Amino acid sequence: MIETFYDVLRRQGITRRSFLKFCSLTATSLGLGAAAAPQIAHALETRPRTPVLWLHGLECTCCSESFIRSAHPLTKDVVLSMLSLDYDDTLMAAAGHQAEAALDEIRTRYKGNYILAVEGNPPLNEDGMFAIQGGRPFLEKLRETAADCKAIISWGSCASWGCVQAAYPNPTRATPVHKVITDKPIIKVPGCPPIAEVMTAVVTYMLTFDRIPELDRQGRPKMFYGQRIHDKCYRRAHFDAGQFAEEFDDDGAKKGYCLYKLGCKGPTSYNACSTVRWNGGVSFPIQSGHGCIGCSEDGFWDKGGFYERVTDIKQFGIESTADKVGGYAAAAVGVGIAAHAAATALARARNKTGIDAKIGKDHHEHA
Amino acid sequence: MTTTLAEQDDFEAKRHSRLLKAIYVYEAPLRLWHWINALAVTVLAVTGYLIGTPLPGIGGEASAHYMMGWLRVLHFSFAWIFAFGFVGRIYWAFVGNRHARQIFLLPITSAKWWGEVWHEMKWYLFITREPYKYVGHNPMAQLMMFLFFTIGAVYMICTGCALYGEALGIDSWAYQSFSWVFTAVGGNSLQVHNWHRMGLWVTIIFVMLHVYAAFREDIMSRQSLISTMVSGWRMFKD
Repeated sequence: MIETFYDVLRRQGITRRSFLKFCSLTATSLGLGAAAAPQIAHALETRPRTPVLWLHGLECTCCSESFIRSAHPLTKDVVLSMLSLDYDDTLMAAAGHQAEAALDEIRTRYKGNYILAVEGNPPLNEDGMFAIQGGRPFLEKLRETAADCKAIISWGSCASWGCVQAAYPNPTRATPVHKVITDKPIIKVPGCPPIAEVMTAVVTYMLTFDRIPELDRQGRPKMFYGQRIHDKCYRRAHFDAGQFAEEFDDDGAKKGYCLYKLGCKGPTSYNACSTVRWNGGVSFPIQSGHGCIGCSEDGFWDKGGFYERVTDIKQFGIESTADKVGGYAAAAVGVGIAAHAAATALARARNKTGIDAKIGKDHHEHA
Repeated sequence: MTTTLAEQDDFEAKRHSRLLKAIYVYEAPLRLWHWINALAVTVLAVTGYLIGTPLPGIGGEASAHYMMGWLRVLHFSFAWIFAFGFVGRIYWAFVGNRHARQIFLLPITSAKWWGEVWHEMKWYLFITREPYKYVGHNPMAQLMMFLFFTIGAVYMICTGCALYGEALGIDSWAYQSFSWVFTAVGGNSLQVHNWHRMGLWVTIIFVMLHVYAAFREDIMSRQSLISTMVSGWRMFKD
């Protein structure tokens, strides 16, 4: 007999009422509307359970920390029930050989049918020796597990872009998952960490509908990464009005004005922080008075200061912004023009240019 | 018998006219485009600068102000004028006279042309006493117009449309058609903001050089410059 998600949940003591509430909540958070709730329930009741393997590469485990703090305990319970039974070396009960055995079992039993969730990334330098698990490089484990999976979820900015360990000069050559595994569909869920509810919703969507959510240009689920923080920021009215905090302790900051001039990266960061928020919808960085640092964007460590609006352009040296380079260049050109104009005036006063000589001659002739 | 002042002027003008030669070079649509473009570039530069580094904040109720809103509306409106103007200018390159094609097509295979670029350089370096006379752009001006303006305009329109697409949303035509710009700089759109701003400084430098060269040549060279872009007629002084 095949085991469904619903079977697993009931076995874990979750009531049908709670189960249905979870289905409604998931339908809403996925933006699918009330009509989708019964569909989700039906799918969870009838579909065979899809196992999820959760691997950890070079990372800080902040994705897992975020994940287990999912605001709706039920969501967490459900997804953990789906996950923990299989493999997550941080959260699972088994350890050592038992854990590795579970990994092998899923790989062979559910060949081509499991979802691989990767937190962190593989370092490629020194044949992957900078991340060793169970006595061998994580790189090998990732390649092996990925070979038989259905799809990959890249958790967090590490797996999606590389994040801090891939920041310049990237000594271990930490490399995002999509640059190592190129033959599988990959869903990127970036953020450092990603929002818990976003993580659970993405997993639930994939398990429920047995398909990948609609992705944007960079492979992120559109439902959560389709808009910028700026687009839904509750301080947007202050931005449009031109009301800015100039310093972190000034009157504007106290009044909750826009943090744009303090380097907020909201206008260039695609994430759901300003709608879903954090810690059960309590707050998010901008609400706490600090600008967005753009942690879910590609290479955010290497894109200049967190507290500047016009940030560094690497091509002109580490500390050069467009305004510095441009300002100096414009000043140099201005000085050059002034000097050239002065030289021209001098040459002209000495009647050294051709046109002056000609016109002078002409005047002389006709005078 | 005394002559009237008008007659004296007339006599003077006739005497002088033997020296002057004039040719119609810039047609009306091109001249109109030039000045509309000059206005658009000015507004775009000022509003663009202030969007990136805004003025000190305003107090009071947010609902009473729309400072950044207006700056952005102005920037986007004039960006449309600039972009459509550029499209119109390309059209005019096809239907206008041969001078209308100069800023789009460089005769880079012609050694003679490069030689005259060099000659013009020498005139600017005070090595040559006298520049050549040209009906349209001189070769160096043509090269500068192509590099700074034509390439620059395409660059600013592409990066600008990409950023505009961010504001319109990822399903908008602007995002769909120009998101390759983000990919080209590595995916993080923050870089596109920085590179678009770099374009602002390039534009400022171009305008400085362009205006200086126009004034200087109007005074120093053997042909008219500024009045040509107003009336369309190029006057040769000798």
